Amino acid sequence: MNTVLPNAVKVYVPRDAAARGVGADDTAQAILAEARRRNIGIDLVRNGSRGLLWLEPFVEVATVAGRVAYGPVTPFDVPSLFDANFIHGRPHPLAHGRTEELPYLKNQERLTFARVGLTDPRSIADYLEYGGYRGLNAALQMEPAAIVASVTASGLRGRGGAAFPAGIKWKTVLGAPGIQKYIVCNADEGDSGTFSDRMLMEGDPFVLIEGMTIAGLATGATAGYIYLRWEYPDAKIALDAAIAAAYADHYLGENIRGSGQRFDLEVRLGGGAYICGEETSLLESLEGKRGQVRFKPPLPALQGLFGKPTVINNVITLASVPIILDRGADYYQHFGMGRSRGTLPIQLTGNIKHGGLVERAFGVTLRELLYDYGGGSLSGRPIRAVQVGGPLGAYLPESQFDTKLDYEAFAEIKGMLGHGGIVVFDDSVDMAAQARYAMEFCAVESCGKCTPCRIGSTRGVEVIDRLIAGDNAAKQETILRDLCETLTYGSLCALGGLTPYPVLSALNHFPEDFVKPDYQTQLSNDKARTSA
Amino acid sequence: MSSKPPRRVIPIKVEPPSSLSAADRAAVLDVCARLKDIPGALLPIFHAVQESLGYVPKDSVPLIAYALNLSLAEVHGCLSFYHYFRKEPPGRHVVHLCRAEACQAVGAVELEAHAKGSLGIDFHGTTPDGAISLEPVYCLGNCALGPSMMIDDDLKGRVSPQRFDALMSACRSAAVEGRH
Repeated sequence: MNTVLPNAVKVYVPRDAAARGVGADDTAQAILAEARRRNIGIDLVRNGSRGLLWLEPFVEVATVAGRVAYGPVTPFDVPSLFDANFIHGRPHPLAHGRTEELPYLKNQERLTFARVGLTDPRSIADYLEYGGYRGLNAALQMEPAAIVASVTASGLRGRGGAAFPAGIKWKTVLGAPGIQKYIVCNADEGDSGTFSDRMLMEGDPFVLIEGMTIAGLATGATAGYIYLRWEYPDAKIALDAAIAAAYADHYLGENIRGSGQRFDLEVRLGGGAYICGEETSLLESLEGKRGQVRFKPPLPALQGLFGKPTVINNVITLASVPIILDRGADYYQHFGMGRSRGTLPIQLTGNIKHGGLVERAFGVTLRELLYDYGGGSLSGRPIRAVQVGGPLGAYLPESQFDTKLDYEAFAEIKGMLGHGGIVVFDDSVDMAAQARYAMEFCAVESCGKCTPCRIGSTRGVEVIDRLIAGDNAAKQETILRDLCETLTYGSLCALGGLTPYPVLSALNHFPEDFVKPDYQTQLSNDKARTSA
Repeated sequence: MSSKPPRRVIPIKVEPPSSLSAADRAAVLDVCARLKDIPGALLPIFHAVQESLGYVPKDSVPLIAYALNLSLAEVHGCLSFYHYFRKEPPGRHVVHLCRAEACQAVGAVELEAHAKGSLGIDFHGTTPDGAISLEPVYCLGNCALGPSMMIDDDLKGRVSPQRFDALMSACRSAAVEGRH
């Protein structure tokens, strides 16, 4: 392609799927073509996304004063950018000044996402230059028990949603007898409103590989799998490339950096089942079976993948380990509040003006995130409700926007933080439709093993339909609440157990939406239309 | 679990499935031969068959079961559990339209109605000209730039009904090359 001259200016155009989805590939091509036409030497780097997604394609240029940002840049804007001499960071209507100074980024605490957007995710040299593999080097000098103790002391809890202390899980696996143990990364990020796993795997895949390798050293596991959802083909490409590079440089394989320690890693694809984000059904799926939930005990830590002791952690959990080993447990532990230590990559999504990724220490309020970072709704209408924690998370009204992001604070208001996804709805939302959808989703995605979830979800849709239609509404509400109690206490896993969260929060906070006298007519019209 | 004796292999003769062409059959057998010995081989095999044929034909199930020494019920049960694996050949392009909450908040419900109407098909259907198959999907991880959809392996964000139509005509005009 273009020859890289020694003094060629570095231009960054993200390769992140979200950026590509709004045309980053075309923008990159246009920049290359225009540079060639003008005979200007540039070195185009396809980096990860900085997480200011409303500005994608977000183009940056390396200048002596640091990187300067332009966005959103379409191919149409490219000639004018060159005219304005953007490769020297000059002003342009799309210019945002120095990336580091953008308040959205400047006011973040990026620990896990420290490198995302800065480096070329295909380059292990870049990774090393920006502090990569320092955690592994530290871990290689430590006893397994000391690594586990460090993770425990950091206060790191599972970022997939359940918030179980990672150190305790690791300790169980370390203490479990067995020659073969496994590290499994749960990259089945199925919650609507979340993309931090995807962004990290595409933008800094090496940090996940490093975290899993450290987990292997800590627990005596010699093999790892990343169970990735098929919906993330770009992440698959990024991970495969990074794994190959790590093998080539002996960061993976039978003799990691000459230490005599072994760790092998491969990516496996899921089949589009939401339930496979639940750890035991994920293990079933990895074993080549239907993704049905297992009974616990035995814990996966003792009898997990193929019946062997297994650490199963979310992408962000594992990717947070290298910095803990590099900077020390105290450093990480110092961030956060209460029992929620460290940082959480928060995803601002849905009807929001400035959607993207915000990594902050626990303790930030919803209101700060929605208005200071998010800038309010995309439509410009008032924000009426937010759903936090994915499809099983509660819908929260404005009166609860001062809740701090903290696992315990959310449990108190009968919500959950989950994987840190925040979905924003403006005042045009129909909360009864959202409650109905939650039950419908549970019906579609139920693995079918336990009755409350398998049958209760379908009955739930029917009861909600009757409730909205005003068919003996008081009685239907009683039935719905009763059904939700059965789901909460009678389901085997979180899918059935938490579906009542969105349903009941919608009903409790927005009861006015559940009264629609003409709903029956509307339903039969819909039916007539779909069968036509 | 692991102390169980290994399963006894009862040799059976696999009848060549009538509706699988020689080429398709060879493709399935090739996938099985490559992957049957890796741990937890079934999903990787389904993925590889779908990658090569565009779907996992019903008649590939006996071949896969034979290769892995599993019952037909085990293979069929697993195959039918996962939404992603197609039982019918797809159109030249597969469009996955996101139905999840974050996309709903920015017009996914309207987009879904528009897509079904303009293509003249429901979810899981294929247009009569064989160009496009429409599938629902629950989150593509593009929740800040919805409504989202995926055309084959390419994610698309901020899909308005107009952009949807433009992308569909691009699919149709590129359909000459096709996927397979």
